[in-house]
Amino acid sequence: MGLLGPQQPRGEQAIATKMSSRRNRISDEEINELISKLQSLLPESRRRNIGRASASKLLKETCSYIKSLHREVDDLSDRLSDLIATMDSNSPQAEIIRSLLRS
Amino acid sequence: MNRKHRTKNPNNNKLMLAFHFLRALARINKSTSTVSSYQRSCIIKRAAYASMAHAAGPRRAWSRALLYRLRRGSSRLHALPAIRRTRSFSHKRVKVASPKLREPNQADVLRRLVPGGEAMELSSLLKETAHYIQCLSAQVWLMQNVVGSITS
Repeated sequence: MGLLGPQQPRGEQAIATKMSSRRNRISDEEINELISKLQSLLPESRRRNIGRASASKLLKETCSYIKSLHREVDDLSDRLSDLIATMDSNSPQAEIIRSLLRS
Repeated sequence: MNRKHRTKNPNNNKLMLAFHFLRALARINKSTSTVSSYQRSCIIKRAAYASMAHAAGPRRAWSRALLYRLRRGSSRLHALPAIRRTRSFSHKRVKVASPKLREPNQADVLRRLVPGGEAMELSSLLKETAHYIQCLSAQVWLMQNVVGSITS
């Protein structure tokens, strides 16, 4: 809503400054909490790689993680496409039941 | 809002996901015998995102945005090019002289990755991102299981 002035610092400074300059009372604390929640959602290997990261690095890692998940969906769609073509028509039902029971 | 009702039961969510996606897969299996493997793959991918969005329900901005894009038949489901923006402040940021000028603002990168994120302010964006990641990884888990059960 156009509350920002003409000159804004970038990067993680921008996150903190932008938040305190807004009048909508979202505290830096809340932002930090939300960012640590995102950190907890990263898989173990990524969390280990970044160690004690700044907010900006965490967001970057989160973006990288989301992109890798998108790529996995693409790859799995390709594999499913090939697998389905070779399946006979009775298999979907059996495999539906198996998957549901597994979870 | 009744918070008790909204306690997330991850198993329920996974079952809903499985229900939507497997039903779509069964339908795709029957109806796509004549299309190319690549086309079927695109159909499956769209079914994956549709199941995610349906299982998440309309309460989330990202699921609403995804369903909107899917219904419009748009070819890009996420990472839209950052040309049309409702706010101008991101334009202003580009003109600022700063040592970090070349590094894109990570929050903006995130906005393009999370459906519906372009118009969000930061705290909503972070909340939506958390939920989106949880649902996306559940979808990946489901697809891996389906592949596993077909190939075993």
